Amino acid sequence: MTNILIALVVLLAIVTLVQLTRVSELLGELKKQDVNEVTDEDNKTQGFLMLIIGMGFLVFVIWQMIEWNHLLLPEAASVHGQEIDVLMRFSMTLILVVFFIVTPMLFYFSYRYRGNKQNTAYFLVHNNKLEFIWTIIPTIVLTGVIIFGLKTWDKAMNVDTSDSQEIEVFVKQFQWLARFPGEDNILGKSNFQLITPTNVLGIDEEDLNAEDDKIVREVHLVVNEPVVLKFRSQDVIHSAFLPHFRVQMNCVPGLSTQFAFTPTKTTAQMKKEEGEDFEYVLLCNKICGAAHYNMQMRFVVETQEEYDLWLAKQKTISDKLLTQK
Amino acid sequence: MSGHHNETFITKYIFSQDHKMIAKQFLITGMIMAILGMLMSAVFRVQLANPGESSILYNLLPGGWVNELGALSPDKYLALVTMHGTILVFWVLTAGLSGTFANFLIPLQIGARDMASGFLNMLSYWFFFIATVILVWSIYVEGGPASGGWTIYPPLSALPQAIPGSGTGMTLWLISITLFVVGSLLGGLNYIVTILNLRTKGMSMQRLPLTVWALLVTAILGVLSFPVLLSCGLLLVFDRSFGTSFYLSDIVVNGEVLHHLGGSPILFEHLFWFLGHPEVYIILLPALGIISEVISVNARKPIFGYKAMVASILVIGFLSFIVWGHHMFMTGMNPFLGSVFTFTTLLIAIPSAVKVFNYLATLWRANIRFTPAMLFAIAGVSAFITGGLTGLILGDSALDINVHDTYFVVGHFHIVMGLSAIYGMLAGVYHWFPKMYGKMMNKNLGYVHFWGTFICAYGVFFPMHFLGLAGLPRRYYENTAFPMFDGLTDINSIITFFALSGAVVQVIFLFNFIYSIFKGTKTVQNPWKSNTLEWTTPIERIHGNWPGDLPSVHRWAYDYSKPGAEEDFILQTVPLKEGEKEEH
Ligand code: HEM
Ligand SMILES: [Cu+2]
Ligand SMILES: [Cu+2]
Repeated sequence: MTNILIALVVLLAIVTLVQLTRVSELLGELKKQDVNEVTDEDNKTQGFLMLIIGMGFLVFVIWQMIEWNHLLLPEAASVHGQEIDVLMRFSMTLILVVFFIVTPMLFYFSYRYRGNKQNTAYFLVHNNKLEFIWTIIPTIVLTGVIIFGLKTWDKAMNVDTSDSQEIEVFVKQFQWLARFPGEDNILGKSNFQLITPTNVLGIDEEDLNAEDDKIVREVHLVVNEPVVLKFRSQDVIHSAFLPHFRVQMNCVPGLSTQFAFTPTKTTAQMKKEEGEDFEYVLLCNKICGAAHYNMQMRFVVETQEEYDLWLAKQKTISDKLLTQK
Repeated sequence: MSGHHNETFITKYIFSQDHKMIAKQFLITGMIMAILGMLMSAVFRVQLANPGESSILYNLLPGGWVNELGALSPDKYLALVTMHGTILVFWVLTAGLSGTFANFLIPLQIGARDMASGFLNMLSYWFFFIATVILVWSIYVEGGPASGGWTIYPPLSALPQAIPGSGTGMTLWLISITLFVVGSLLGGLNYIVTILNLRTKGMSMQRLPLTVWALLVTAILGVLSFPVLLSCGLLLVFDRSFGTSFYLSDIVVNGEVLHHLGGSPILFEHLFWFLGHPEVYIILLPALGIISEVISVNARKPIFGYKAMVASILVIGFLSFIVWGHHMFMTGMNPFLGSVFTFTTLLIAIPSAVKVFNYLATLWRANIRFTPAMLFAIAGVSAFITGGLTGLILGDSALDINVHDTYFVVGHFHIVMGLSAIYGMLAGVYHWFPKMYGKMMNKNLGYVHFWGTFICAYGVFFPMHFLGLAGLPRRYYENTAFPMFDGLTDINSIITFFALSGAVVQVIFLFNFIYSIFKGTKTVQNPWKSNTLEWTTPIERIHGNWPGDLPSVHRWAYDYSKPGAEEDFILQTVPLKEGEKEEH
């Protein structure tokens, strides 16, 4: 029934369009003028609309910036993330300034120089000085942006990880898991060919280093202590995205990738600032299959004591093997 | 050249070798695909605004795509996104845009009777046509069409166990794209040869309209990059069907340990984006060429800085080949390599800025005639500014860490590539419709269409930046699983509202287009008082374009409002007057 109604409405709309168009063209014929010729009147209307709706677009942008500001991610909760935020603020300011200068110029010129049969345009072919200026200014500004960007990139990526807590983040369709190296701080060997329903990470159980490894479904980190996440994927490409820390890295089968960072705020602190519901989460950010939209793992940042308590409660691989036997 | 009097229906409309007819075939096919692609976006926008609910729009979908509760199933959401992206990028804005305007404008604007090889040109369309049929067919096969995103990254695209669309649907996608590439190579080679060899007397390279320059560089980009996509796809076919391991290694899927060892999915990404990035300029450059032409004609003023415009097209074309890594900052590539790609990527901002300033200088002290085409051209510049600026964020590897693959990217590329190019294409259709069909399109309907589109488009794509800055990943079926995204419902509803309204507005265009072909008022020979050669041909379509000799060219294409001339335009065929200086 609704389908028929909708079809009817669409049909009616089309019939109306046809009739309106015919009427306007017939009127034009009566008045002996070509309806499709752009008149000075048209130029005036369209010029005004350019100005009004063009500026309306800018107002819409400002409205969004005010209205939705609170939805944006909070300040970064990691050391390198804060540097990225500085660069982000700088770049955003830059592009907004350019945007708010150039866009009004475009719409204002369209309005200001709307056509009129009496006028003629100014014959201007080129101007070397102007062109030089507007090539050189962007070049200088960009040089600054590039240098600033590369410095920040370098600091984020080239981190000395010799003192970092190592954690393996393992991913498959459609679940994240993590492995802590245990007392020895060495992750035991693993191999995809060993993966079975009971040995989900494919850990080499012969390897002594693996015995004290701990497999968990939630990652805890110590505030202000550096960590390095080592990523491993079992099936397709996934991407580990921790937006609050400004951390992202693809997880690629057959390739080991990593991301090193230092969290600076505990979950408790964030809850105070952002509301009780706040949690750090790891999301998947690379299309990986039907449930791509629903893969999350909680991250918790806490003090050393809380962390030690939590870690002590997690079972090691040898504990688990024992209970299985 | 005169042996074409006995055209039958088949040689005239179907297996035509006339470039003008082939252009129309590309245009109509592109428009049909655009409708399909837009409907798909309407469907998935409805899902995003009302996650998990049913909708009457879902009645358009093949059976089995909707679950018992009437909601769209998650893997079919991905199928729709994938097909939408594929269709709009390749079918609408590559074949639909270049295919239409390169075919239509190159011979007409350089003063040639037809393309260098009419036969290859016809083949190019028919390869494209078969590719189209196969792509549309793939929607209906078991398991659905390709669903791994338009970028079809393996292993997802290689393993039917990982997503149903990677079965028959993916095979058909690959076959279809292969035929598509063959078609565009045939077309591209033809465009290049024609422009280089068939320019009429006096049409030096420095006198070419910017449309032709843009189409030339576009064709060169295509010829250099599409073969790489072909080989990239071929290796994927080997991995999928013949057990090789180019892209696959260390995989366990559905509990099954696969034999593949030593391949790298990252290799695929390099090959893919070696085409993929030039591809965005294959989309953008023809649109910018059309925009340049339409702005100059309707500003009644020479395009400002013609030489700088040509130079920036060439520089952009060159740079587009050495920036592909900016799509891969997060693949774990060596940070130094990331730095290099950041550097080359941000360089593109320089020629782009030059283009924008030149457009502004062209509008300055102009005498603007607001045809619908002109409105779309100006909106195209606006979109190029808006979307180009956010590229500065994405191209900066350090910032990309947190916006990569989020809705910020979706907002960015829809504005800079989607809107600029669609606006350029629409400007082209409104502008050259009289030449194509001998009729005028209705002006007032054009105005309504323009303003509706302009408002809705920014309403759809600008808010997406905020979703991205809130951390929302793209290609998400819904975001209800994460409390951190609960606040985004309003934005999603606004976007969907504008998306559906924008789709309805396109009906006005479609109506205007069809109505005008049959019932539109007749056009005069040169309705826009334009300088270029296409407006010296007769209104009726004839094979060979000019009834008598080919015109000869005596000046550049942009002598508008030249002091000392009687009118505010001087056709390129008019010889220089005694003592008149030629401008560039
Ligand atoms: C008709 C209006 C359009 C709407 C409402 C729309 C909407 C969208 C949305 C919401 C997505 C992201 C979905 C997701 O990531 O889950 C998307 C993806 C995409 N769109 Fe559009 N779009 C439109 C037009 C266009 C145009 C003109 C282009 C041409 C460049 C385009 C190209 C793409 C591409 C390449 C993707 C990515 C597909 C993928 O992720 O594999 N779209 N579109
Ligand atoms: Cu995923
Ligand atoms: Cu790119």
